[in-house]
Amino acid sequence: MQTDSTARDAITDPVIEVRDLDKTYEGGFKALKGIDLTVRRGEIFALLGPNGAGKTTLISIICGIVNPGTGTVTVDGHDIIREWRKTRTIIGLVPQELKTDAFETVWNTVRFSRGLFGKAPDDAYLEQLLKDLSLWDKRDAKILMLSGGMKRRVMIAKALSHQPTVLFLDEPTAGVDVELRRDMWAMVRRLRESGVTIILTTHYIEEAEDMADRVGVINKGELIVVEEKTALMQKLGKKQLRLQLHEPLSGLPQALSAYGLELNGKRDEITYTYDTQSERTGITALLRDLAAAGIGFKDLSTRQDTLEQIFVELVKEGA
Amino acid sequence: MNLHGIRAIYKFEMARTGRTLMQSVLSPVVSTSLYFVVFGSAIGSRITSVEGVSYAAFIIPGLVMLSLLMQSVSNASFGIYFPKFVGTIYEVHSAPLSYLEIITGYVGAAATKAIVVGLIILATARVFVDYSIAHPAVMILFLVMTTVAFSLFGFIIGIWADNFEKLQVVPLMIITPLTFLGGSFYSIHMLPPFWQKVTLFNPVVYLISGFRWSFYGLADVNVGISVAATLVFLALCLTGVWWIFRTGWRLKA
Repeated sequence: MQTDSTARDAITDPVIEVRDLDKTYEGGFKALKGIDLTVRRGEIFALLGPNGAGKTTLISIICGIVNPGTGTVTVDGHDIIREWRKTRTIIGLVPQELKTDAFETVWNTVRFSRGLFGKAPDDAYLEQLLKDLSLWDKRDAKILMLSGGMKRRVMIAKALSHQPTVLFLDEPTAGVDVELRRDMWAMVRRLRESGVTIILTTHYIEEAEDMADRVGVINKGELIVVEEKTALMQKLGKKQLRLQLHEPLSGLPQALSAYGLELNGKRDEITYTYDTQSERTGITALLRDLAAAGIGFKDLSTRQDTLEQIFVELVKEGA
Repeated sequence: MNLHGIRAIYKFEMARTGRTLMQSVLSPVVSTSLYFVVFGSAIGSRITSVEGVSYAAFIIPGLVMLSLLMQSVSNASFGIYFPKFVGTIYEVHSAPLSYLEIITGYVGAAATKAIVVGLIILATARVFVDYSIAHPAVMILFLVMTTVAFSLFGFIIGIWADNFEKLQVVPLMIITPLTFLGGSFYSIHMLPPFWQKVTLFNPVVYLISGFRWSFYGLADVNVGISVAATLVFLALCLTGVWWIFRTGWRLKA
């Protein structure tokens, strides 16, 4: 198991620090078990996990929606219990479900959200926000008249209405069409560039792979890994070399057994799995031994595990 | 103090009244006017006066109080129940708002709406009956104390309720009977001695009695006791709300 605690000292500018956080719901369900997590200022942090893993509970505690159990959480150096007013002022949340005031107009609901978070009215900022989210034309429309995608944009506008510096996006692209998803991620990148720290959960792991600087995987209430995305993929992702042979083989020669090669069904492709982290990958030796065995190949390619494959493996190990 | 937050909740709730004007304002005014017509004109022609006050004028404080209690409870309970029902309550929880600020916003709006309805009913009554207010300051005091106390009570009901039926049960099954049996349409001195004693267990008696005293100087119970009873009820509701926020009962997991 790899947790963030070992890397804690290396994080020089933390914005969220979670220490030994536990949460047990009424009825005894233990949703979080000793969570240690540090989120850096200005990064995009992807929190991945299967349904019921504890992602939403963790986010809800940090945002003040769910009471914490034991442990501590600080946001920008402020404790979420003792200095709740400060921490909540700087946090924005886009919840997983579409929860909106159906009979309100877009404009009124966004102004309401800004006021709720203690900010004076700023119509110019809200106008720009709605324009950025392609909602300006819908500002006088009642929310119940909007499509699901538009409602999702309203949720984001509400979360950004008070100009938070830490933004939680809990499954922001669930049920969202491709175009909106693309717009949304473009906006997330712009927010990051403006200095906003973003913590997102998503079931679309290719999105996390594309967007995140760091990745945390949570399963059954435990944070099983927190790592730089690229490092995680290098460390845990298998890399494979595939060789397409000139002629099908009847079997693999005994001399190549040490490489753990796999021969495909047609017996015309060899797959070699190697570790990119080790000092020697064994590729040079393999190619030499193949030549010595008289096995020629016409093409070769390499492929690496996706974040999704790594995620599935991690969750399977923890099961 | 998050004044912008309080104002946001207050304005949001008041705007809802604007959207539901028929239900929020016209409906209670029309139904109370019907009471004036039926009780004031029909029955009033047979009961000419109660302790020197015309019957039509006598029932005005009770009818206003009936409306105040119903409106306070309904507005406040719906105000907090609806965001729970649709899930938008998450935003209030995650906002930098103290319990006091949340209550001020919701209860302030509910009490304001109830007072507005009460004042409209008083103005409407003037169309049917000639009445006077002997102690306007005390009348305002009762108006405010009662609406705030019952708005707090409604707030508790809204948090307790987990369906729309429960939201209606308390106003319809408890508040309305207590108000009808609390001297809205009669002086409790008109009851047999045994029922006079039983009626004193009805807290609404003290509210109506005190409110009526502010109009005509007539009271079923001492006005000081009425004020004290209202304050006790207010304190009980404040304690209940404080406990709810303290524990997160039915609000936070």
